[in-house]
Amino acid sequence: MLTSAPLNVFLCGVGGQGVMTTADLIAQAAVAHGFDCKKSEIAGISQRGGVVTSQVRFGPKVLSAVITPGTADLLLAFELAEALRAATYLKRGGIALVNVLRLPPPVVSLGLFRYPDDPLAELRAAGICVHEIDAGGIARGLHDLRLVNTVMLGAAAGFLPFPAEQLESLVIERFAVRKPALVVANRQAFAAGRIAAGKMRIGA
Amino acid sequence: MSAIEPTLEARHPALADAGARVLLSGNEAIARGAWEAGLRLAAAYPGTPSTEILETLSLFPGVYAEWSVNEKVALEIAIGASLSGARALCAMKHVGMNVASDALMTITVAGISGGLVLAIADDVGVSSSQNEQDSRFWGRFAHVPVLEPADPQEALEMAKFAFELSQAHATPVILRVTTRVCHVKAPVTVGARVERDTAGFHRDPERWVLSPINARRQLPAQAERERVLAVVSEATPLNFITPGSDRRLGIVTSGAAYLHVRECFPDLPVLKLGLTYPVPLGLVGRFAAGIDELLVVEETEPFVEQAIRAGGIAARGKDVLPRTGELTPEVLRLAVAPLLGEPAPSLPPYPAGNTFPRPPTLCAACPHSGIYYVLARLRKKVLISGDIGCYALGAGAPWHALDTVVAMGSSMGIALGLDKARGDADRSKAIIAVIGDSTFLHMGMQGLLNIVYQRGNITVIILDNRTTAMTGGQDNAGSGRGVHGEDAPRVDFPQLVAALGVRPERIRVVDPYQLPVLARTVREETEFAEPSVVIAQRPCVLSDFYEATPPFRVVDEDCTGCSNCFNVGCPAIHLSRSEHKTLASGAVTELQFAVIDSIACTGCGLCAAACGPKAIVATAPADGGAAGAAAARC
Repeated sequence: MLTSAPLNVFLCGVGGQGVMTTADLIAQAAVAHGFDCKKSEIAGISQRGGVVTSQVRFGPKVLSAVITPGTADLLLAFELAEALRAATYLKRGGIALVNVLRLPPPVVSLGLFRYPDDPLAELRAAGICVHEIDAGGIARGLHDLRLVNTVMLGAAAGFLPFPAEQLESLVIERFAVRKPALVVANRQAFAAGRIAAGKMRIGA
Repeated sequence: MSAIEPTLEARHPALADAGARVLLSGNEAIARGAWEAGLRLAAAYPGTPSTEILETLSLFPGVYAEWSVNEKVALEIAIGASLSGARALCAMKHVGMNVASDALMTITVAGISGGLVLAIADDVGVSSSQNEQDSRFWGRFAHVPVLEPADPQEALEMAKFAFELSQAHATPVILRVTTRVCHVKAPVTVGARVERDTAGFHRDPERWVLSPINARRQLPAQAERERVLAVVSEATPLNFITPGSDRRLGIVTSGAAYLHVRECFPDLPVLKLGLTYPVPLGLVGRFAAGIDELLVVEETEPFVEQAIRAGGIAARGKDVLPRTGELTPEVLRLAVAPLLGEPAPSLPPYPAGNTFPRPPTLCAACPHSGIYYVLARLRKKVLISGDIGCYALGAGAPWHALDTVVAMGSSMGIALGLDKARGDADRSKAIIAVIGDSTFLHMGMQGLLNIVYQRGNITVIILDNRTTAMTGGQDNAGSGRGVHGEDAPRVDFPQLVAALGVRPERIRVVDPYQLPVLARTVREETEFAEPSVVIAQRPCVLSDFYEATPPFRVVDEDCTGCSNCFNVGCPAIHLSRSEHKTLASGAVTELQFAVIDSIACTGCGLCAAACGPKAIVATAPADGGAAGAAAARC
């Protein structure tokens, strides 16, 4: 369990992956749990397939909404190379929870840039505590790649100082209102994320 | 497709019962605060980071809300509501204020009747805009007060107070926010709405008819109003001092920067300004008297700093702090350490990994991809003047098909200027202006009218995707729906441009998924030496007008590795493998073989149309994808 106050959670990924929604859910859980909280992102145009980051800070009192590089307790990376880009936000001893999904952008497909060979190895070589999760594979297994964010949230649940059930009920509530047809799939995705994280930690 | 269901609206946290503590963004909190203040009318044009203010207001009962065609019209509607005695709010991003400024600069002479608040959102750091502006200058320019909240709770409270201030002093009030207030979510305690009767329009032509004589007569009152507001600024609890034990440095700050300052320097005395125009010079002077050195921390321009210096008080500011971008804790610590004689803060333990850039790009099946695929092929023969919207991404890889993007609607004026002043170097080039539906309706019609009037040799391409896409898909006068999703009159683009004077023969409506037809049409129209308009109609893939069709796939044995499909710029097309091949000439070329992500692909068929060897096929051949289906209809 992470103990510093306020607790800094930095999320990163690619536009369309649900990074901001996941950050919203963590913030809602924090507020429901009685914490002060600030969640923010500078998104705008990035939502068109660009880099999306979101920051959640919660604790007894939160002033600035901004996480300073080198101070994040937890990094939730929804995409493999984005973990590399955001690694500098982690504090020494912080935890990176990384989805091994690769989403090469058109500039990589066009051959203008190369996708790094092994971002996980690079992160580990830098001394970062990395937990990998195949959220993309799990989501595909559930026949909907859009479930990546719920899998990631499930995986993150064990690292956050409030009950996983609270997070899960927020996810379900959200879908019950907006897209009731997706409630079951999201419940499965959340559970699969939790299980994957559980296994991961036993193995780590 | 249909109106938002009331059950869904009821669950929005901004609609929580009075006394509740809910997680709200700064924009949602502004909406809530305005509603609590008895707001009757809200008008806006979407623009990051302001968009959610009106989106949220549209959910509240008792408020008339609309997406206006542009910010000037929105402000005029709000002014009209104010003249009727109602409380009104107009929201916009910083560049929107430039558009609306004509109306503000004049109504401020007469003042207002019902409370009038302008919520202006500055994109500090230029994440989603064409420039960076500090909107507080409008306060000084228009002689109206400026309020600057730091977080969502303050945003709610200041939105409410803004209406009190507006009504008490008969002045428009600017609520200046920045991205790090608009898009921060934090717990907010909400209050109850105070219902207000609309007083009705009070006929007073000497006040409301701003003829020279009436304007001249009212100018002294405007100056007096500003003087009184300066007194208000000295006493308001929105401007307050937090004492600190370390008196070497005192900080004057405002907005989100206040929170960064408190986070970084808990021991330094701080004067927090919530009412930043007029600047309370007396209060600043008393604060400065108790400390060794004064530092002004503000985003982005030295607005308060210059006023303080002009008032004869010594202050540091932009000599040590950046004049652009956010003053985050990281930036502040680095800048302030030398002033305190402290070592520079240590670097983060892990450097950012070296990786590729990931610029924003058009979506899979975006109809603009077809247009830019075609324009990229014409690249050497044309100059292309672009406009503001998702389609500004056409300037990027792989298309590189825009030469200029400046301001909303400016594509056509700039195109005409390029045409009329062209030298020999550009003599043989066709000039094309590219503009989206919402931007055309915002500020484009005049540009086209002028092209017609001046007999410009321009081809205008209107990208009609039936939505205001870049800001998240807001409806507009071309989408056929109002702010609540209800049916609304939909502008007929061919008729509209015909009415502006484009000859009917030179108005072509095309499907941007039909690459060959599209390419031929654009090429033909650029060859006529007269104004022509190509209207490309296909709904935005993120809108609910869009209907996805089964994905396409690459038949690997038929793929020759020519890589032409990559030129569509679709993010669903990926490199499967590459091979080097030696040509007969001895030169070595790289073959790039493609694969389509069947989950991301929604079946537009643009890549299939671009594929020479016909290696890209629909997974559902009976249908043939959207492009195939459209072709079958032709």
